[in-house]
Amino acid sequence: MGRVNTNQSASVATLVEWLHQFGSLVEQNKGYLTDLDSAIGDADHGSNMARGMTAVLNQVADPGAADALFKKVGMTLVSSVGGASGPLYGTFFMRFATGLGDGTEVTPEALVSSLRAGLDGVISRGKAELGDKTMVDAMTPAVVAIEGSVASGESLADATRAGAEAARRGRESTIAMVARKGRASYLGERSKGHQDPGATSTTYLFEALAASLDGV
Amino acid sequence: MKKLINNVDDVIADALKGIELSDDNVRVDHEHRVIYRAEKTRQGKVAVISGGGSGHEPLHGGFVGVGMLDAACAGQMFTSPTPDQMLAATSEADGGAGVLHIVKNYTGDVMNFEMAGEMAADSGVRVETVVVADDVAVQDSLYTAGRRGVGLTVLLEKIVGAAAEEGRDMDGVLEIAHRVNAGGRSMGMALTSCTVPAAGKPTFDLPDDEMEIGVGIHGEPGRHREPLSSARDIAKQLVDPILHDLDFTGAPCIVMLNGMGGTPLIELYLMYGEVVRLLDDAGITIARNLVGNYITSLDMAGCSVTILKADDEILALWDAPVKTAGLRWGV
Ligand SMILES: Nc1ncnc2c1ncn2[C@@H]1O[C@H](COP(=O)(O)OP(=O)(O)OP(=O)(O)O)[C@@H](O)[C@H]1O
Ligand SMILES: [Mg+2]
Repeated sequence: MGRVNTNQSASVATLVEWLHQFGSLVEQNKGYLTDLDSAIGDADHGSNMARGMTAVLNQVADPGAADALFKKVGMTLVSSVGGASGPLYGTFFMRFATGLGDGTEVTPEALVSSLRAGLDGVISRGKAELGDKTMVDAMTPAVVAIEGSVASGESLADATRAGAEAARRGRESTIAMVARKGRASYLGERSKGHQDPGATSTTYLFEALAASLDGV
Repeated sequence: MKKLINNVDDVIADALKGIELSDDNVRVDHEHRVIYRAEKTRQGKVAVISGGGSGHEPLHGGFVGVGMLDAACAGQMFTSPTPDQMLAATSEADGGAGVLHIVKNYTGDVMNFEMAGEMAADSGVRVETVVVADDVAVQDSLYTAGRRGVGLTVLLEKIVGAAAEEGRDMDGVLEIAHRVNAGGRSMGMALTSCTVPAAGKPTFDLPDDEMEIGVGIHGEPGRHREPLSSARDIAKQLVDPILHDLDFTGAPCIVMLNGMGGTPLIELYLMYGEVVRLLDDAGITIARNLVGNYITSLDMAGCSVTILKADDEILALWDAPVKTAGLRWGV
């Protein structure tokens, strides 16, 4: 578990722990993510994400400043994943990096605005809207929930727990949607009834964040 | 599923070694997984490059050579290559007259090429992009990802490659690319799913007596499933939506009957015969044709039909010499 100090900031060590937790969730659920992608995509989301996170975790031993670390994480994802999720997760982390500052502690406010910047990056790169059955349907409610909790003075642990819960609900909501973006959109109505693989991996991202900040 | 592989993680790297050994006309950058012509791009020639997920061979690597592509980036199986691969290919292939990216319309491909284009522009290379979107199985709409790029990519790479080889400038090459893109349509079907090596099992289950109509080239399910019928009926189900989408009468057409990788040639020829009968009935003139496996989906059984509304200029570019592993004539 990463440590969170008394003024509630998240240390770079905690954020690295987040990446490790995310990597493990992706690795454990690689087959599941690929199965979800078989139903409405091309059966590669699990292997894409696992390849990317393996490359990322090879680079975080000596993390340094928060912004430089996450810029590197984003670039590593872009250059190792390919597919739709490479540019999307890569852009998420590169934009996330810009709000973190060059220190080794990140305040709750900076974390929140960085998450928002990451989400905005995903939306401008992929042009998906809420309800299109993509990772945006899990990421948007998660970021909104964390923003709300932090604004009302909750701890990062509680806020990110609420974020994970919102991501899970968003993920579930993709089941009933007809896909309008990504490969699943080619199926039209047939995409209904299936959970979106990207919204599923995004839920792991927020569950990992909550797990790394647990125990404040 | 039985495959001729050593290790699922090494399939593409190992195949690139074989490609390099099999063809003296290409060289391979194994680090970036780019296939180049053996000779550097002639100074002043527009470079034409493409790329996409692996598993569609001979597309794209098999179309690198004189008269067609200058370079092709190989992604992971069915997964778009990454921007750094395309950036390497763009910088290396540039002959000073700009680089045309031929991109199949898939979200991943479009976004990765877009990022590579942004990076290349920063380094001063003129990059233009043509996005192929010819699959009539997909409803076209402004609010979705749009139509997939499938069979027309093969014809476009040949025709546009010839235009660049002739020495046309970027604007001239782009004009031809847009004309071909606007005049071509495709439709595909599957008798079986394909098996991605890393997954080890078929991407979808398709009972012995059923088929998928309107499939793409990644083992994704199609528009609908129905009982298996005769070649004659299947040909009609592929040709009708194409003719419904665009009027092909009054122009010389180029027709491709493409195999998905797991269907014997004898069945492809049989299907071609059925397609010609339908096009004759519809009053369509077939000026040129191509029958075989050109844009495949690993071991999927099935086929696709592509029709391109051509003109004399496009036909002349089609007939121009080409020397690649996948297409070779006039040399
Ligand atoms: N335009 C988009 N905006 C946001 N998310 C998207 C978009 N398109 C696809 N996605 C997400 O990406 C996920 C699929 O990622 P995956 O790694 O399988 O890439 P892919 O689409 O198969 O890429 P490629 O087409 O090159 O193989 C989807 O489940 C969806 O959540
Ligand atoms: Mg996929």
